[in-house]
Amino acid sequence: MMTIDTESFGRELDELQVATRATLGANDRRYVQRVIRVQRGLALGGRALIFASLPLLPVAPLGLAVIGTGTLALGLAKILENMELGHNIIHGQWDWMGDPDIHSSTWEWDNVCPADQWKHSHNVVHHTWTNVMGRDRDVGYEILRVTEKQPWKPAHLAQPLYNTLLAFLFQWGVAMHDIDLGALRRGELTLADIRGQLRGIGKKAGKQLLKDYVLWPLLAGPWFLPVLLANLVANGMRNLWSYAIIFCGHFPDGAQTFSEAEIVGETRGGWYLRQILGSCNIEGGKLFHVMSGNLDHQIEHHLFPDLPSNRYPELAPKVEAICARYGVPYNKGSFARQLGTTLRTIFRLALPARRRALAA
Amino acid sequence: MAKVASIWSRLGEVAGLVATPLLPSHYLALIRPHVRQARVEAIRDEAPAVKTLVLRPARGWQGHEAGQHVRVGLAVDGRLVARTYSISSAPERRDGRIEITVKAQGRVSNALHALEPGAFVTLGAAGGEFTLPEVPRGPLAAHDVAVGMAWRVLFVTAGSGVTPVASMLRSCAARGEMPDVVHVHYARTPADVIFGEELRSLAVDHPSYRLVEIHTATGGGHVSTAGLDALAADWREREAWACGPQALLDTIAAAYAGAGRADQLHVERFRAALAVIPNACGGRVAFATSAVATDADGTTPLLHIAEAAGLAPPHGCRMGICHTCDASLVSGCVRDLRTGTTIDEPGARIQICVCAAAGDVELSL
Repeated sequence: MMTIDTESFGRELDELQVATRATLGANDRRYVQRVIRVQRGLALGGRALIFASLPLLPVAPLGLAVIGTGTLALGLAKILENMELGHNIIHGQWDWMGDPDIHSSTWEWDNVCPADQWKHSHNVVHHTWTNVMGRDRDVGYEILRVTEKQPWKPAHLAQPLYNTLLAFLFQWGVAMHDIDLGALRRGELTLADIRGQLRGIGKKAGKQLLKDYVLWPLLAGPWFLPVLLANLVANGMRNLWSYAIIFCGHFPDGAQTFSEAEIVGETRGGWYLRQILGSCNIEGGKLFHVMSGNLDHQIEHHLFPDLPSNRYPELAPKVEAICARYGVPYNKGSFARQLGTTLRTIFRLALPARRRALAA
Repeated sequence: MAKVASIWSRLGEVAGLVATPLLPSHYLALIRPHVRQARVEAIRDEAPAVKTLVLRPARGWQGHEAGQHVRVGLAVDGRLVARTYSISSAPERRDGRIEITVKAQGRVSNALHALEPGAFVTLGAAGGEFTLPEVPRGPLAAHDVAVGMAWRVLFVTAGSGVTPVASMLRSCAARGEMPDVVHVHYARTPADVIFGEELRSLAVDHPSYRLVEIHTATGGGHVSTAGLDALAADWREREAWACGPQALLDTIAAAYAGAGRADQLHVERFRAALAVIPNACGGRVAFATSAVATDADGTTPLLHIAEAAGLAPPHGCRMGICHTCDASLVSGCVRDLRTGTTIDEPGARIQICVCAAAGDVELSL
């Protein structure tokens, strides 16, 4: 890892955090309440449009336009719920309001992953050990080779396929994420050890599946199938979008990974530095910020994971300026650049490193 | 009827399943956002720096008894804050509204003073044992009834401590069953007597209600056993309800205990909402659930303190980012070691891996 004066670097970032936290107030509360209203309105409106389209389906263009709009609204609702609301509320970003309805201890999200398991796999493991090889299970999610530091295995040849599957089934990957597959493979964990986790996932997933693929379709009576398909597409939209945003967080070109040896005796400033070197931002407008749950500000999110996400846009230029003064690279790029280099890496690393690269 | 009820509850269950992970009420709130809140119908000035808020509780609110209190909350600077207030109106009110009478002191009370009619507040369930039974109960009441006397009662109140007693008096008046009451009330001046005019006219209308106002700004002495003897010679035979500052309650309690009649006295305490922030760091740390207490300095995170005391609280990052170790502050004060800020609001969520004791602390662990 690069060497800078991590003590004063850390102090500047601490000061930024304290100053921002001191200004949290009524406007922030209004913001999150508005997002919640819009999200629930989109979900309800989307489902209503899907139902309204059913008698129109024989009138093909009109019926398809209405069901398409409804499905789009429902998909957007699921994206907003998982990204700007669920992920951020479960991080504790809104706990400062003391509102039991918008609180990390009570929020359950519209996703097959139970919130309590996500709190461990994501808030604890990923955010504490960001990009540390052997510690952070987000490095390739234990199935993909995303850095040359991971030894190549023949199974990686098929990783373009796994990657595609993961993108379409992303919420299931998220659900299984807290289960330590590596330890299971090595025999350090047995099925009995993970039974509790599996039961939690089964319970949550059961409710989610019942809602989208049984009850809502049943309510449509003879139009069971179109409603089921619309819900499937909406869930799929959310899967693809969250996959794309999240894969841009730590895998684009330039993002660094670290060994456990590198972080021995890490200070708070050193931890901040690692978060920045391992994270990547995506450039975009206001709508993109909201729809990505402000994870287009992955760097700011990793520095201050429990600061409200609506503050990341104002923090970003300040963080970038501090980085510039210390000569710390600040990885930002267009969505196409970040996603493009990520996918290129996944394809390239499906093959073993060439001999020349190894020699170098 | 039972069948209809069960169909409704079935429908409710199905609605819950199609709304999962939310509840149907979350979607209803889109149309009626304040459906679970109480509406402020009117606000009137009661005395200097004292206002009464007339509240219309949400449908389904369970009602109250005279003398009970209720938790009232609202957002201040984006943060939900709440405080407990005695209900000053009588439960016999026909319009289903309740009143709280609020002195402008402290964050919540000041925010309530700043509200306009039409605002909404959250309202908890009414609670508390500081109530006047509708039917006289207990050996004293039985004695009074046996000798053909009205039930004898003593109220001792000071300042805004009159609010729960006002509810009791209004309730008695509404039911037309005023016991033999001696009401000693302390206030700075006649104008400072909350509900002054109403209490005085109540005394005119009900001969069995005797109001004794003591105005401390013009030399009225504070309460004492001798004072009680002068005001109501038979106070030892009266069941008493007292509400006011700690010093007043202590004196009354000592008087009744001294007379061997501690069980005749009911008191309502309004503990200060905020703990005193001590200059000295560290203090005694009590873990309420585990019934363990230990000493802590002002720099060691409470998570370490808990672990050293043999507890194993859930935790994750141990650096203040993941919120796995959050615990509720029951009382006392802690310092966030990252920022130096102190947190002393009961009920606040404390990140114990980055907070240390700042004086005595009680945590819900």
